[in-house]
Amino acid sequence: MRDLAKEPDVARHALETMWTARRFEEAVDQLFARGLMHGTMHLSIGQEASATGTCMALEPDDLITSTHRGHSHCVAKGADLTRMMAELLAKDTGYCRGRGGSMHIADVATGNLGANGIVGGGIPIAVGAALAQKLTGSGKVVVSFFGDGAANEGAFHEAANLAAVWQLPVVFVCENNHYGMSMAADEAFAIENISTRAAAYGFPGVTVDGNDVQEVYEMVSTAVERARAGRGPTLVENVTYRWKGHSKSDKNLYRTREEIAAWQDRDPIVRFEEAVRAAGSLSDEEIQAARKAATDALRDAIRTANAAPPAPADRDLLLDAVYAAENRTARDRMEVYA
Amino acid sequence: MTTIETSENPTDGPGPAGSAVAAPISGGEAGEARELTYAESVRETLADLLETDERVFIMGEDIGVYGGAFGVTTGLLERFGRERVRDTPISEIAIVGAGVGAAICGLRPVVELQFSDFVTCAMDQIVNQAAKIHFMLGGAAQVPMVIRAPAGSGTGAAGQHSQSPEAWFAHVPGLKVVMPATPADAAGLLRAAVADPNPVIVFEHKLLYKQKGEVPRNHFVPLGKADVRRRGQALTIVATSVMVGKSLAAADELAAEGIEVTVVDPRTITPLDDATILAEVAATGRALLVQEAPRTAGFVAEIAARITESDTFHALKAPIVRLCGLDAPMAYAPELEKASVPQVPDIVAAARQLAKGA
Repeated sequence: MRDLAKEPDVARHALETMWTARRFEEAVDQLFARGLMHGTMHLSIGQEASATGTCMALEPDDLITSTHRGHSHCVAKGADLTRMMAELLAKDTGYCRGRGGSMHIADVATGNLGANGIVGGGIPIAVGAALAQKLTGSGKVVVSFFGDGAANEGAFHEAANLAAVWQLPVVFVCENNHYGMSMAADEAFAIENISTRAAAYGFPGVTVDGNDVQEVYEMVSTAVERARAGRGPTLVENVTYRWKGHSKSDKNLYRTREEIAAWQDRDPIVRFEEAVRAAGSLSDEEIQAARKAATDALRDAIRTANAAPPAPADRDLLLDAVYAAENRTARDRMEVYA
Repeated sequence: MTTIETSENPTDGPGPAGSAVAAPISGGEAGEARELTYAESVRETLADLLETDERVFIMGEDIGVYGGAFGVTTGLLERFGRERVRDTPISEIAIVGAGVGAAICGLRPVVELQFSDFVTCAMDQIVNQAAKIHFMLGGAAQVPMVIRAPAGSGTGAAGQHSQSPEAWFAHVPGLKVVMPATPADAAGLLRAAVADPNPVIVFEHKLLYKQKGEVPRNHFVPLGKADVRRRGQALTIVATSVMVGKSLAAADELAAEGIEVTVVDPRTITPLDDATILAEVAATGRALLVQEAPRTAGFVAEIAARITESDTFHALKAPIVRLCGLDAPMAYAPELEKASVPQVPDIVAAARQLAKGA
């Protein structure tokens, strides 16, 4: 298995991806705090290794479904930062033209079939996308991201079973960040590891240190290979932690500062920087440059996004947008949004 | 029990909005009509679509060897194989959700829910996912999925297997809702539903499955075109699904008494052909709205509202009358079940009353 820390270009890509996700969400956090952003959002700061290691195990045209906590998935799958930021800033130039916001960003051109505001809602959709790949013989694999909370939704169980009996090319990536809003995983599950649920459906499940981008990459790669070979689904549980609250209104009443601090000491990005340093593939300057590249990219994205006009408050346009007016193939849509 | 009559030539547009056109989609001579049951008509259309469009596949519970709970898909597994005629576990969330995912990726899933009542198990995938994806994603994706769902009472299956839930879905922007009342419409509207780039729910009434009627080959009925099944001066009946046939039977009885009525079948409640409905109500000045579903917040309440908020209101000579199912769960015992929904004598009596009302 490839060692992400050892190859300079790969290490740089992993670092830049994780830093970009981090900087994006830090910027969003600040824009909300300053009252410059509207609505709500859910931050995945602290979970960047899960999104990055997973997407690095995919081919560019493989597909993902994402969650309400999906910014890092978008970034890792290659979404355009300006269009992401524009969406959160309620601009017409945003991914959803101001109709979706943070919870509904999709980028069909990069294989991201969409974030989802319903816990577990994307899992059956991922299974359907995998069915389409099987029926068309495309050879593509679908990753379904979801959280620990979603593993207690019926949608997970029905979708996992269907994927198993039909041996579909899907990888279930459960990001166990320890809390479903305020509900601790310890209280929501009577099992030690969510990955053991895979056994109930007849496919492999594995629990991974989700703050170790290398380990995530290796386990998901194995699962993707298995899926692509027609051997069906795998459940990969990335154990991680969200540093920020569930959403902007969270006062963190259900956990301690000490607990948060302990997980911040296991920062997935700092850990990978140490691994890169130890491997000697990038110099300290190059590691700093990766951080700076992310910071600069964010600054540009915010500036460009902010300069765009707001989504027009035109009722006829809204009504016209409800129904698709013409048949277009997925390929046409990808070209339109490429 | 009443029978459904079909127009002599269903490809002629009987109403102002026109009715049906033949679409040059598959083999066979377009327009050539044969007598088929409603179930045969759905089956033949599914077979045509599977034959001519490689993006189409069907899935649902027991649709394979068993042929579906109502026999609609009989023989399709043998003809098209397990990949495209997919028997599923009893998992409505996964069945509909897999349809959504496959549709986003460019396929044309036609999903069967064994009974329309089971749609409750799949509500998130229909209401929060299928209906909203195109809008919420800024147009980046389409969900060209069809859900077929046998609806309605009359089979002695009681409260959890007899509902007419169409109004729930008419209330969700992004869905299209189709209620074929004849074998011809069962084919024509299904073909239009599969061709549509949006999620479409087709409620097939169980009591109609054995009804026979002329079905043109390759029949195509555009969504959003009401069908004026009969014209008269006394009053206008707007009826959906199985109530169309009952209303036509009532119309025959009324005609014998010298009361000539118009019968309009909206055929699709989303999109709704307001123009035809309003014009036909304005023409008689009296509206009798008939549905099997419970009265409160039922779909005909929406039709009543559209009549009263339009200029058609000024043409009304009497208050609008609704004839609906009871606001009660469907009962089991045959006489209780019958009493729960409008029957032909109820329609005749209501029409008689309305015709002479001031």
